[in-house]
Amino acid sequence: MMNILKSTAADLGRAMAAGELTSEALTQACLDQIDALNPTLNVFLSVDADSALEQARAIDARRAAGEELGPLAGVPIGVKDNFCTTDFPTTCGSKILDGWVPPYDATVVAKLRAAGLVIVGKTNMDEFAMGSSTETSYFGPTRNPWDTERIPGGSGGGSSAAVSSFMVPIAVGSDTGGSIRQPGSVTGTIGVKPTYGGVSRYGLVAMASSLDQPGPVTRSAEDAALLQQIIGGYDPHDSASINQPVPDLVAAAASEDLAGVRIGVVTEFQGEGYEPGVLDRFREAVEVLREAGAEIVEVSCPAFNYALPAYYLIQPAELSSNLARFDGMRYGLRAGDDGGASAEQVMNLTREEGFGREAKRRIIIGTYALSAGYYDAYYGSAQKVRSLIMQDFDKAFGQVDVLISPTTPTVAFKVGERTADPMSMYLADLCTIPSNMAGNASASFPVGLSEGLPVGLQVMAPPMEDARLYRVGGVLERALEGRWGGPLLDQMTQIEGSKAVDA
Amino acid sequence: MSETVDYDELLTRYEPALGLEVHVELNTNTKMFCGCTNEFGGEPNTHVCPVCLGLPGSLPVINGKAVESAIRIGLALNCEIASWCRMARKNYFYPDMTKNFQTSQYDEPIAFDGYVDVEVDGETYRVEVERAHMEEDAGKATHVGGSGRIQGADYSLIDYNRAGVPLIEIVTKPIRGAGAKAPEVAKAYVAHLRELMKALGVSDVRMEQGSLRCDANISLAPIGDEELGTRTETKNVNSLRSVERAIRYEMTRQAAILDDGGKVKQETRHFHEADGTTSSGRSKEQAEDYRYFAEPDLMPIAPSREWVEELRTTLPEPPAERRARLQADWGFSDIDFAAVVNSNALGLVEETVAAGASPAAGRKWWVSELSRRANEAGLELDELAITAAQVAGVQALVDEGKVNDKLARQVIDGVLAGEGEPAEVVEKRGLVVVSDEGALSAAVDEVIAANPDVADKIRDGKVQAAGALIGQVMKSMRGQADAAKVRELILAKLS
Repeated sequence: MMNILKSTAADLGRAMAAGELTSEALTQACLDQIDALNPTLNVFLSVDADSALEQARAIDARRAAGEELGPLAGVPIGVKDNFCTTDFPTTCGSKILDGWVPPYDATVVAKLRAAGLVIVGKTNMDEFAMGSSTETSYFGPTRNPWDTERIPGGSGGGSSAAVSSFMVPIAVGSDTGGSIRQPGSVTGTIGVKPTYGGVSRYGLVAMASSLDQPGPVTRSAEDAALLQQIIGGYDPHDSASINQPVPDLVAAAASEDLAGVRIGVVTEFQGEGYEPGVLDRFREAVEVLREAGAEIVEVSCPAFNYALPAYYLIQPAELSSNLARFDGMRYGLRAGDDGGASAEQVMNLTREEGFGREAKRRIIIGTYALSAGYYDAYYGSAQKVRSLIMQDFDKAFGQVDVLISPTTPTVAFKVGERTADPMSMYLADLCTIPSNMAGNASASFPVGLSEGLPVGLQVMAPPMEDARLYRVGGVLERALEGRWGGPLLDQMTQIEGSKAVDA
Repeated sequence: MSETVDYDELLTRYEPALGLEVHVELNTNTKMFCGCTNEFGGEPNTHVCPVCLGLPGSLPVINGKAVESAIRIGLALNCEIASWCRMARKNYFYPDMTKNFQTSQYDEPIAFDGYVDVEVDGETYRVEVERAHMEEDAGKATHVGGSGRIQGADYSLIDYNRAGVPLIEIVTKPIRGAGAKAPEVAKAYVAHLRELMKALGVSDVRMEQGSLRCDANISLAPIGDEELGTRTETKNVNSLRSVERAIRYEMTRQAAILDDGGKVKQETRHFHEADGTTSSGRSKEQAEDYRYFAEPDLMPIAPSREWVEELRTTLPEPPAERRARLQADWGFSDIDFAAVVNSNALGLVEETVAAGASPAAGRKWWVSELSRRANEAGLELDELAITAAQVAGVQALVDEGKVNDKLARQVIDGVLAGEGEPAEVVEKRGLVVVSDEGALSAAVDEVIAANPDVADKIRDGKVQAAGALIGQVMKSMRGQADAAKVRELILAKLS
């Protein structure tokens, strides 16, 4: 009998298709695990057990009626709380949207529903997706299942912790500067940021429009491929959406070896500031890739050194504009509306009360960076750096098929450790930001533990070449699991109250 | 110090400069960035969706038809069409703007560097167009209580049906050298744009509904000064007549300040229809910082040259050529034709002819009868509640002998009063000409009996005296007698 909580989504889909498992039983198991662990980990902001079970039974009934269903039909999934859903609140981890239920579904959500996935709830996140630790959520921090004293990464810490704590086999996140990959790295899960425009942003509450990208959070390369094939593809509601068919990512994830694949190791992303344990696991993984047939070369991308400061101008600039609509007038929180206050006072009070410190900090930075006297010095310069980063990628991809680096310079840090020092917090996304700036495809795969905590390896591919991520990731995953004797997550020690880990 | 100075007198000391910003609402089927219907009116908040409401997570998708209209407008204004341009975000707060930024264009407009030639009193003025760019309209706020402005209102009602309606903003370069004619040049320019937009079929151009609205920048400088004076911007002037009045007023107001040694304050001003004055709005002493940046949610717009050239073939006839053609078609003398042009009735006469009336009849009704009524009502000719087709209908009744010119005026009264189509008005008001001999004969006999002196004159051969009797008969029959028949009867009875 399979351990249904620890199984991959693909295996669960196959078991359901074979009649060995019902979606109802699977969904109930996930709900039980959520019940058991959510008080400790604070992963889900909203769960609707009745609705989830109802969806599950409906899928079971369709399957029983002989309907041909997709590979993940009946699989429970968690959705980051910045995707609009008509049946759950969409808070973006912010007080200003506390309790807001959108009147429409995000395209990603609509596609999940159409593919028969069971949405069990919405996962915690840094407020409006700004942060690297899920500590800026108005609803409290999420904890890392590996060590509850530590952060699960951010901003999609909720989605990554949901998958790594076996609450759900898969989840959806959004990645603006690394918010899928960095949490993936520090929780031992797989996180993919598809090519910009590869997955529709429609209904994803925008943080920084030119950087935001939805993507999969899973425990296997195959699951990520299946999920991206479901949520990806052209959407006429998103102008940036790529009007081309999604390639066969599942086949890419099943690749046997890396013969003929040239892999470039980014020289800028190693050395000072990188924990020795992180670099050790990274170098071991490089050897595994070499053994699998890849040709490894060192590649220098000098503009990557400026990616972080440039990102922290562009992203707050776009964010300051995107968050302007939250004024307490039409939806969400309204503060100070006692009949005596002017509209302007109500807006001020609503924003004062509704936005957290980090949101306010970035709104101010962004407003300043866009202001007439400073535009050229800040936003304009940052856009130039962005062009240089794209040129570095272009040059690198002229020599190699993919680039690799550690996903993060360090393993998960402790809750509260960096909250007083925004700069140190921002460094967590050092390696992941260039891919967002260039709009190319990028993913993080687990490559082992350092001091008992997960380490991730980042693979970066040119735009539209997402299949390359899956090829490298799939081969890496099987080779490493062969060495470890199973998935990395099986090495996690018992989480308090968990039903899954030694089930 | 007086509030204003005499207009003619100020022109001896100051030279005005104008800058006109005209907003044109496009009549596309759907809004600028979503699939909502683009219709005027409707129950509040019925033509809305997550995109035009700016709900979190929603994204704009540009309306290709709006881009097409923008290009055609640009071409009609003799502009260059950008081969690559972008939308930008203009970040500012406005109570009825859903996202608290407006998606507009900034330094990359779709059309730029054009011109328009307008005629005032036989003289041609070239108005240079700096740019024509695309943007979205805001919703409509109604402030309840207080003065009707947001300050001091008890509450505000917001209708987002108009939010996201596509707009083209046409901005002129400073118009200088018009001197005393500045207000007329501005009016002629706006009238020209209105005619052009109508001919292009891109907008309903109804100023009273705000589908074409004008912001007028005005400044005065001492004659001979190269530099422009401080300007004011009078917002949302909603009729051609108001454009002229607002500019004239602002010139006299600014001159009074300058004469007094004061400085004109750079600000927006509101125009008041009732007394033709303007009053201070938002102060613009410190320029707003709109924090423009390229709209990251939309891809750049790169119209192919082939497409632009294809659209060029869809442009209406250039105004000068059109005028020459119509004058020849109608066989009008220069004087008759000028009367039509000066009354802004060219298009209306053309439509009336197209609806079946003769050119002379079209001119007769629009230039004399309807122009007078428009003047009396303080409206533009095409703002009257009568269409060209209805005017042709009135003339058809005349041609059929059902009504005479005098009755036709009453038919027009009826149409203007909303009593229906011309034939219905005739019916409702009982306006048919009586040519029945029996009925006329009795009336003629009565009038002859009541005017024996006149009758004698006619018997003596003074036929022209019959006019007086005809008038009497007409009066007794409330204008509904067939005048020719009446004359015949009188002469027959008195021969």
